[in-house]
Amino acid sequence: MEGGPVILRAEGIVQGYGDKIVLDGIDLEAESGQLVTVLGPNGCGKSTLIKTLCGIYSPRAGTVTIDGEDVITMERKARSRLISYVPQDYTSGGHSSVYDTVLMGRRPYIEWTYSQEDVAICADAILKMKMENYVDSFINQLSGGQLQRVVIARSLAQDPDFYIFDEPTSAFDMRNQLDLMRIMKAIIRDKGASLVVALHDINLAMRYSDKVLAMKDGKIYASGPPEEVITPTMLKEVYNVSADVVETVHGRYVHIYDNDGEEMADGYRFYRSSPIQVACSTCTSSPIQTCPRDAPMQR
Amino acid sequence: MPRVFMAVVVGAALAAAGCVMQGILRNPLVSPFTLGVSTAAAFGAGIAIVMGPALFGGLYSFHVDFIGQTFSGSALVTMLFAFLFGMLSIALVIILARDERVSKATLVLSGVVVSYLFQAGLSFLKYISDDGSLRDITLWTMGNLWSATWVNLFIMIIPVIICLIYLEKISIDINTLSAGTSVANNLGTNVAKLRMHGLLVCTVVVCVCLSFTGAIGFIGLMAPHICRRLIGNDNRYLLPASALMGGLILLISDTVARNAFSSDVPVGILIYLIGGGFFIWMVVNKRWREVP
Repeated sequence: MEGGPVILRAEGIVQGYGDKIVLDGIDLEAESGQLVTVLGPNGCGKSTLIKTLCGIYSPRAGTVTIDGEDVITMERKARSRLISYVPQDYTSGGHSSVYDTVLMGRRPYIEWTYSQEDVAICADAILKMKMENYVDSFINQLSGGQLQRVVIARSLAQDPDFYIFDEPTSAFDMRNQLDLMRIMKAIIRDKGASLVVALHDINLAMRYSDKVLAMKDGKIYASGPPEEVITPTMLKEVYNVSADVVETVHGRYVHIYDNDGEEMADGYRFYRSSPIQVACSTCTSSPIQTCPRDAPMQR
Repeated sequence: MPRVFMAVVVGAALAAAGCVMQGILRNPLVSPFTLGVSTAAAFGAGIAIVMGPALFGGLYSFHVDFIGQTFSGSALVTMLFAFLFGMLSIALVIILARDERVSKATLVLSGVVVSYLFQAGLSFLKYISDDGSLRDITLWTMGNLWSATWVNLFIMIIPVIICLIYLEKISIDINTLSAGTSVANNLGTNVAKLRMHGLLVCTVVVCVCLSFTGAIGFIGLMAPHICRRLIGNDNRYLLPASALMGGLILLISDTVARNAFSSDVPVGILIYLIGGGFFIWMVVNKRWREVP
């Protein structure tokens, strides 16, 4: 594989807790330069899949390999230079500085102490995550979003071939969500790495993914390019949400409705109520699509 | 003079062990005492004191010369039993720690339960012992540095230094544990192995010290806390800082114990007074309290 793409491949992954099967025959492939998004409702097995891809959990059946080498049996340090993991739930680590926390990402490369190169890589990661003004702050004094940026900076400092993130945007506001996805897109493009990320934001997945894996009840519902996987049918069957995928001059996005036509507990019925006014704020184009099923909210 | 050095070495060893135990189990309440090591060692010493003559007979009145110092059979057996039972107490905790998925709360709880078991055994030994043995057991559980000699210090310092170097070596991996076991695993740390080896080495260092001094508590719990407030959570620096703080606390306590009273008071009593008072002052003091 010298010079060619590095490929993370999961084949036939079965995973569970006790008698409960959580993942049932999952296949996934991510190669260098790709951003692969894992979608699915709460409890569908996304986090378990992410941990299995990282080699944190051994699968009951199936394999996870990087260029043919089994991730589970791989030497620990070698694996941690190839894969970095950002968990869904952060442990603050208490009374540690931002700098020390990010520096921890260099652990796979050192034995006793950190080199100047390690420090420079950490500084770069801190700058990318815009935490340079908090370098000496203790991480238990940070907000949820800031802590999330520190955890991602630690992952960047690890400098792996595969970034595997579990809902990394959950504590971010809109600006930071977009920034993170753009930064990660640039990183995987520039260094030929790959990002496998579990997300809940369908529009982020639509906009930035090269490949999408939609999961339902521990199984793959669909996988492929985002425009093929993220469809109104998938959103209804996987998430039980009514939605339209709207095409604009600037790309596709998902317009979500609240329980289309179903009667709510307070007696309201929600319909696809308003015409879709898709106007561009920069090019003054007129609305390019109007919902044909316009209906006001009714009691 | 050997007593001064022994105070520093024992204080440093107990504090460093406490610091590592707290880091490995990610629980600030953990210390050699809460995991049952001290109680088990006291039980071992109690067995030797109460049942030694019956169990070992002639061996018990035996004397050994080592580098110019004479060790009585009773003292050797007491030290050996304290060491062995201290090690035994951690066996259950280590067996549980082999599985990465066992929660740290379960580990700490099992240590507490082990401690109660040995406490029950110790109470029974006290109940059946005669006045002389009861006094010996009580003095042992208070902890003192009366056995300080150059030879004892020499015997103690070698394993202590080796263990402290090993603990400093793994401190960087203990740092990764602060981010959770999954992240530590991803950063290349073998969590189960780290827990097992760390606890084992901590127990060795604690048992070596306690077998010479009796049960000296508090330092393993408080010294890391005081240092954590001073320099933060990075175990690479916290470990040596805690060791220094532990040595300092025990040295000051022992100096007071020797000089402030008409008779030589066991240092274990004073440590609780001095260290506890200092910690309360620290918590009450506004400037300290504001440090998270």
